[in-house]
Amino acid sequence: MTFAPAAPADTHVLSAAAMAVALSDVAAGYHDRVALEDVSLDVRPGSLLAIVGPNGAGKSTLLKVIAGLVPAWSGSVSVLGAAPGSAAERIAYVPQAELVDWHFPITVSGVVMMGRYPRLGLARRPGKADREAVREALASVGMLEHADRQIGALSGGQRRRVFLARAVAADAELFLLDEPVTGVDAATQEDIMGILAANASAGRTIIATTHDLACAAQCFRRVVAINRTIVADGPAEIALDPDILARAYSGHLLVLGGNRVVLDDAHHHDESASERHFHDNGG
Amino acid sequence: MDLVLEPLGYPIFIRALVAAILVGTVCAVVGTYVVLRGLAFIGDAIGHAAFPGVVVAFMLNAPFYLGAAIAAVGTALSIGFVTRRTTLRADTTIGVLFAGTFALGIFLFSAIEGYVADLFSFLVGNILFISFSNLIGLLILGGVVLAAVAVLWKELLYSTFDPLGAAASGLPVGRLEYVLLTLVALTIVVSVQAVGIVLVVAMLVTPPAAAQLLTVRFGRLMGLAVVFGVAGAVIGLYLSYWLDVASGASIVLVVTTIFLAVLAFNPRGGLLRPRGQQQRRATAE
Repeated sequence: MTFAPAAPADTHVLSAAAMAVALSDVAAGYHDRVALEDVSLDVRPGSLLAIVGPNGAGKSTLLKVIAGLVPAWSGSVSVLGAAPGSAAERIAYVPQAELVDWHFPITVSGVVMMGRYPRLGLARRPGKADREAVREALASVGMLEHADRQIGALSGGQRRRVFLARAVAADAELFLLDEPVTGVDAATQEDIMGILAANASAGRTIIATTHDLACAAQCFRRVVAINRTIVADGPAEIALDPDILARAYSGHLLVLGGNRVVLDDAHHHDESASERHFHDNGG
Repeated sequence: MDLVLEPLGYPIFIRALVAAILVGTVCAVVGTYVVLRGLAFIGDAIGHAAFPGVVVAFMLNAPFYLGAAIAAVGTALSIGFVTRRTTLRADTTIGVLFAGTFALGIFLFSAIEGYVADLFSFLVGNILFISFSNLIGLLILGGVVLAAVAVLWKELLYSTFDPLGAAASGLPVGRLEYVLLTLVALTIVVSVQAVGIVLVVAMLVTPPAAAQLLTVRFGRLMGLAVVFGVAGAVIGLYLSYWLDVASGASIVLVVTTIFLAVLAFNPRGGLLRPRGQQQRRATAE
């Protein structure tokens, strides 16, 4: 990407193996529809990175390529120093809230315990250490007192925190979050970002999609703007740079006296519905 | 009391009783996943798809459950395969394969000379027809299904609740789906002689559905479903014996009655409870 502001200069000092995520010339999509092309991205361990862009730009697809849920058609993908999918038990993926069945018969601690399942292995029941890890994870997001409630009985922000606790309980090194702060109020957003920042400071790598540009600029340390390919990559402030936004959002952005208004939210539900459909068929 | 104890003197009834408990248990355990994944239509389809296998087994003088297992598992895996490899919606694929395989069964059934009461009993269920050797086969098959769930329950649970999260953290979600479809098919094979091809889906779906109205915990849901399933199968067997009616119908009517009673009166907001109580419940949550 020659587009300024460029990625931090030291990004290329680390080899791909030392990067948490290293993508080079990646293309990906669903059936015959291209969602991403020419995507190159290096993410250092401990990063707190937001992927922004209009709906249909490929934010969720990029996250799924990193998660190993959508295969790259071409290019190279290295996640935690391995091929996508091979370091899976060190990855935690949190889906968009609207894809979760909140009526599912499971408690808060039951959801967090799922984070322990992949490491436990077949036929092994969760033991004392797992229950302790679940309690600690719930405490770290301030949800311990709600451990025995059904997940659907929680508020939107509490539900997000439960899924963050699942990632913590999984002892994951890479958190991949699809729209973690969409549809919650400002105070809740601040709580969630506080939890994510603390995990990043502890050395975990956090990558989240968001279409909230203000949040991307204020709460993340690095922003990658995409629209089928990466149009900008740099420190968080670029999320508020009108030139970059014009490129990422092309005709869908209105700049009104320094306030940016994104005009594409009407398509949001269409996009997630079709992505879910494709995943059901292909995943 | 004699009405309950008297039939226990007959080996045929004891066999039917063992089969009823087996069917109630296995259906409820596997049906819990079926209900939570929205696979009821697939269950119905696989039940019908077992029919040509039963007819061919009859023509070849082989145990019915072998033919049924091959047909049911084959159809279950085909549904999964076609849905993944084409852009057709799952319910479309199911509709095509379901009607096609059942038509093959009816075709073969009607090609057999004369009226075959044995085969007709598979359509509506006759639990008192279960022979000793068939019962042994069904117990082994049911045991295999329960053992598989005992080994895979948490992986199946995770991939049911959050398939993306489960796959990203390394669970083989695609293969688990094929395993579950196979378990549904084997469960249906265990159940078809007791409840019949036409009604077998009710044993998979109705007991867990009633349980889901009563609890928000997965383990309790499965446990309650087993209680409802076994109670329905055993009471249905007695009704079938006392009234001389098809056991499939009587068993399904009992589990349906249990479901309707829970729907109407359950303490978590039954439809027939006073409105005030429902509202208090709603505000408490």
